[in-house]
Amino acid sequence: MNEIAITSGRMNQGVDPVLHAWTWEIPLYLYLGGLVAGILFFSAFFYLRHRENVFPAAIKIAPLFTPFMLAIGLLALFLDLTHKLYFWRLYTTIRWESPMSWGAWTLMIIFPLSIIWSAFWVKDVFPRWDWKIPFVEKSIDFLARYKAYFAWALIAFSAILGMYTGILLSAFNARPFWNTSILGPLFLVSGLSTGAAFILLISRSEQERHRFSQIDTFLIGTEIFLIIHLFMGFLASTSVHIHAAEMFLGGPYTAVFWTLVVGLGLLVPMFIEIMELRGVKVPVVIPAVLVLFGGLMLRFIVVDAGQSSRWLYKFMEQLIF
Amino acid sequence: MRYAMAIDTKRCVGCADCVVACQTENNVPEGFCRDWIVEETIGAFPELQLEIRSERCNHCDDSPCVRCCPTGASHYEEGGVVLVNHDECIGCKACIASCPYDARFVHPEGYVDKCTFCIHRVREGKNPACVEVCPTHAMIFGDLDDRNSEISKALRTRKHKTLIPEAGTDPHVFYLL
Repeated sequence: MNEIAITSGRMNQGVDPVLHAWTWEIPLYLYLGGLVAGILFFSAFFYLRHRENVFPAAIKIAPLFTPFMLAIGLLALFLDLTHKLYFWRLYTTIRWESPMSWGAWTLMIIFPLSIIWSAFWVKDVFPRWDWKIPFVEKSIDFLARYKAYFAWALIAFSAILGMYTGILLSAFNARPFWNTSILGPLFLVSGLSTGAAFILLISRSEQERHRFSQIDTFLIGTEIFLIIHLFMGFLASTSVHIHAAEMFLGGPYTAVFWTLVVGLGLLVPMFIEIMELRGVKVPVVIPAVLVLFGGLMLRFIVVDAGQSSRWLYKFMEQLIF
Repeated sequence: MRYAMAIDTKRCVGCADCVVACQTENNVPEGFCRDWIVEETIGAFPELQLEIRSERCNHCDDSPCVRCCPTGASHYEEGGVVLVNHDECIGCKACIASCPYDARFVHPEGYVDKCTFCIHRVREGKNPACVEVCPTHAMIFGDLDDRNSEISKALRTRKHKTLIPEAGTDPHVFYLL
């Protein structure tokens, strides 16, 4: 038997009884980051494959949402900071060992890229659009000559953005549930999948919907495969990792994770999309919204569960769960 | 120079004087603490063993908090002491999440705070406040690179451990067994 107690008392706000340093802001940002990464990746990828007329929603319409999504994500990040007036310190240094520093600089690059990329398509989507300022119009026309280079840059940086949202968490050795390299690919695939779902949601072309249903089905399958590997990895690891996995296998996160993320967010939309691909008529909005919802829940649950998994003072959990 | 602390679990009675001294010396805001007392009971009645530890930031050699800090606010000071530069801290809380000892917290003024090994006292040649007040002389602070320091001698002659060495952080607060 081993009984442990903090007899001097310790209830540091945000740390005890279980860590809750990050609440809604970080998972919302990780979700929007992944979604934007997915949308921009598909837009750039299919642009390079000259599918502008076949996939108009993916290449031209969806990217127009990305600067706004990123802006909301950045606002959430800013709101999360507790020493807000010093946020500019992020951009006075580059710290190679800190994923958060990488992320801050990636955002610094991909945010303007998303604005420029969207500007290329504004006139295609809104034919009567007038930029009003000749300088802006000229600049966009000038940059549009290098569209292919922008597309390649977007592919690279959207992949980095999608991966980094997972790596940010997996770099924390102190939180066993986050400390798995599978989180990088899992969040990347989830981001691509929510991106595809968003395109499905706004697309009006039968051919485009069909292709993105196929893509999404494949991505959901990959996600399920990665989630199974995530738990296999934990269960074959140390006691703290096994304990972390057990939070999802009978513990406090079991119900929310398996119903909201795996059930409603992955299996149900995958089943509906397969039915659809086989010719059954289902409103496409249902699987698309479910995938978007499942992605959001995945970020919230992973961020929360990671903070509940720990090396020391496990007895503190009894005060909550 | 490598500052470290050794806490004699055979002498510590868990009086929490160190906790109070730290809060007074460092103006730790109410409701927070930079150090705390852990009592661990091992075994089954009647063969029980009690281990009492005064715990704090371990000023690790390979500190995950320094590695993950995006601005460099968390850094190594002289003697390997891990400190937070308030003017560089943005309050992203990555260091709090990265610490397996949960030794950090957000100060009500916004920056991240934790044990400093009372570096302001150490620079004046004094002991950290917690060490200074310990009524049973259970705590030793000193330089590991100095073979003749009290802490080096204690660690040479006594069996000792660190907390969760398996987390790979190379902690520098030792517990004499």
